[in-house]
Amino acid sequence: MKRELSVTAPGEREIRMVRDFEAPRQRVFDCYFKPNLVRRWMMGPEGWTFAVCEIDLRVGGSYRYVLKGPDGAELAWGGVYREVVVPERVVSLEKYDQDWTGGETRGTVEFYEKAGRTTVTTTLLYSSREARDGALKTRMAEGLAMGFDRLEALLDEGKE
Amino acid sequence: MNASTLTALAEPNRLRIVECLRGNPRSVGEISQQLVIRQPQVSKHLKILSEAGWVEVKPRAQQRIYQLHREAFDDLEGWLQTFRKHWETNYQRLDVLLDELKEDDHET
Repeated sequence: MKRELSVTAPGEREIRMVRDFEAPRQRVFDCYFKPNLVRRWMMGPEGWTFAVCEIDLRVGGSYRYVLKGPDGAELAWGGVYREVVVPERVVSLEKYDQDWTGGETRGTVEFYEKAGRTTVTTTLLYSSREARDGALKTRMAEGLAMGFDRLEALLDEGKE
Repeated sequence: MNASTLTALAEPNRLRIVECLRGNPRSVGEISQQLVIRQPQVSKHLKILSEAGWVEVKPRAQQRIYQLHREAFDDLEGWLQTFRKHWETNYQRLDVLLDELKEDDHET
């Protein structure tokens, strides 16, 4: 049971996050794609709330999220669904409003159920390695940072 | 921590310069040689990095030596910690939501 979040970089353009949940996958899937449920958990750090949460879950359908943070900070992103297999797999092309990575990100979310528990694997494929590295920094800047080896190493070195 | 501070670091050559300065302070000429970037470009990048607070300059003999500015990195790390928890926070909140939904099932 991986209650702990695993973050890896399986390819030079990819980031993958894996996390387990104590619930059947239809339920977890709903939490990811039903706006009234999404609004209750996907807002990031304390103090942030959803201003917009629109989801049209079908191939070609679009989605848009806007988060409001303290001091008027705002984080907005959205995209179009490319593959929708309820409740197994959703692929989307996504872009952040304040993006300087110069490309769309292909996001794949997969739900795998075993013995009533669900493993969620999120894979983000960037348009290039530079885009991935840039996106990590962008995300950091925009409040979606995850531990990232190169940056962490940099932070550690900076302290020496 | 503001966006322009981070933007300064996000440019690929500037990040290379910061990485090049890890552990060893260097002059513009040394950075230029090391990274094979023309000196005027290095100077331009260093100006931006120094304005953003990532590097500081110290005189050594006749030279100007650039080094990482420790405080800026401490600030970044402190700030980053709050955001590193983003997905962990999300997922923990989802755990709670799933529990609540399970209880709703039992009640109905």
